[in-house]
Amino acid sequence: MSQLSRMQNHHKSQQNAALAIRVDNLLSHYDGRVILNNVSLEVEQGEIMVIMGGSGSGKSTLLRYMLGLEKPSAGKIELLGKDITRMDDNDLHHMMKNIGVSFQGGALFGSMTVAENIQLPLNEHTRLDQKTMQIMSQMKLEVVNLAGFENLMPSQLSGGMVKRAALARAIILDPRLLFFDEPSAGLDPVVSAELDELILRLRDAMKMTIVVVTHELESAFKIADRITILDRGEILMCGTVDEVRNSDNQRVYNLLHRQPRADSVNVDEYLQRLTGEELS
Amino acid sequence: MKQKIELLGKRTVNALEELGYAISLLYQSLYWLVLGKFYRQPVKLPLIATQMMQIGVSATFIVVVLCFSVGMMLAIQGLETLKPYGAQAQVVTGIALAVSREFAALITGIIVAGRSGSAIAARIGTMRESQEIDALRVIGINPVRYLAAPALLAMLLVMPVLTLFGMFMGMLGASVYTFYELGMPIEIYMSRSFEVISLTDVLQGLSKSILFAVLIVLVSLINGFQVKGGAEGVGLATTRSVVMSISAIVIADMIVTFFITRM
Repeated sequence: MSQLSRMQNHHKSQQNAALAIRVDNLLSHYDGRVILNNVSLEVEQGEIMVIMGGSGSGKSTLLRYMLGLEKPSAGKIELLGKDITRMDDNDLHHMMKNIGVSFQGGALFGSMTVAENIQLPLNEHTRLDQKTMQIMSQMKLEVVNLAGFENLMPSQLSGGMVKRAALARAIILDPRLLFFDEPSAGLDPVVSAELDELILRLRDAMKMTIVVVTHELESAFKIADRITILDRGEILMCGTVDEVRNSDNQRVYNLLHRQPRADSVNVDEYLQRLTGEELS
Repeated sequence: MKQKIELLGKRTVNALEELGYAISLLYQSLYWLVLGKFYRQPVKLPLIATQMMQIGVSATFIVVVLCFSVGMMLAIQGLETLKPYGAQAQVVTGIALAVSREFAALITGIIVAGRSGSAIAARIGTMRESQEIDALRVIGINPVRYLAAPALLAMLLVMPVLTLFGMFMGMLGASVYTFYELGMPIEIYMSRSFEVISLTDVLQGLSKSILFAVLIVLVSLINGFQVKGGAEGVGLATTRSVVMSISAIVIADMIVTFFITRM
């Protein structure tokens, strides 16, 4: 191997080491339809990356792939330098210690109290005694301003409290990667703003890499270091908040200014959809 | 015609897919039950205990009541049928064998399918819809290990016990009616019943109950794990689970009985 190629490899591995997430040419099909078309994305360590897009743009699907919940048709997803698309269940189990996820609806387990929900990852991945787990869950509840609610059931919490409890569960193992799916969905503007502040605080205090999937512009502009915009399964652009704001791409403009899409209708395709028959 | 053939083909493929999924779930559940602890991911005892409580203890009362009633009903029919032949005393033998070999397992299976099978399907379906199953996976918990394996083991432990209960209550129900109709003391009826049935008869009933346990859990799990379409989807899956479980139990019972009687 020449010195030049060794230096290039070294440089590349240094670059990869600084990357928390690398999505490489991700391809996803469902029922013959392309959902994600050669999506490539890199998120650096300690960065807050916001993935935006309208309904059906594929942003939630992309999140599911990044979490290892689905296997892609083609492409690669590296989390912390490891390709999760080729991992077996056991390796994925260990990888999940480094990941925290706050789902859109919270996804708290309805049969458990808030504290039991938060302690579940500790129960699974550690051998800590009950007292220590209690102290740790109390600490995380303090972080998300939910102290005193540990013995309530999820059904007794408001929407904002559910999201904060879910966040406490997501950060209980101090993960290096934190994912949010529509954190502001269903919340009033004040609670939504509080959650944005909380996300920023978490990044600064715990040095986490954070990926947020949202369609809330205000929230995205407030918390993002960089924004990736998805549309119809493809990345339209990826850049800083200013770059996105000043983009001259028409589809980006439409998304940011709530303009309806001016789709051209393919008559043959439309008729075929209606009749279910191939037109000659 | 072409559409009908296509529909038939689709349904056949779906049925085969579900069968494959059920076999995969059974394999994975057994894998986690046996090997989970070697990967430091054991199936936890509290989860099994909770399932046993939900499936078994809370179903005991209804199993007791229904098996008692079925035993009594068999006695009413048996005494009435055998009366013209003066062979009413033979009702003890008939009921003892029918209950131990057949009815206790069947009635218990149907009750558990309706009660606990539907609960398993509804719980897992709701968890799937509210992304709780995704949450389990991102926490690093295999949903089969956490949800399916405990339910399977609990069902396998509880069903034979409930069936034994059912056998006893069926014979007790028949003895009460026989006492009322013929004046035969209950303790005599019961001791004659125990003389008539052999260990093989009891094992036949118990082996059926184990088969039913596996069928109920698998049917409930495949329906629960495949829920789509919100609350309506959960409702549909629950109904489908009950119908499929009871059908599977009755058909499996018929097949097993056919082969056992020819052994």
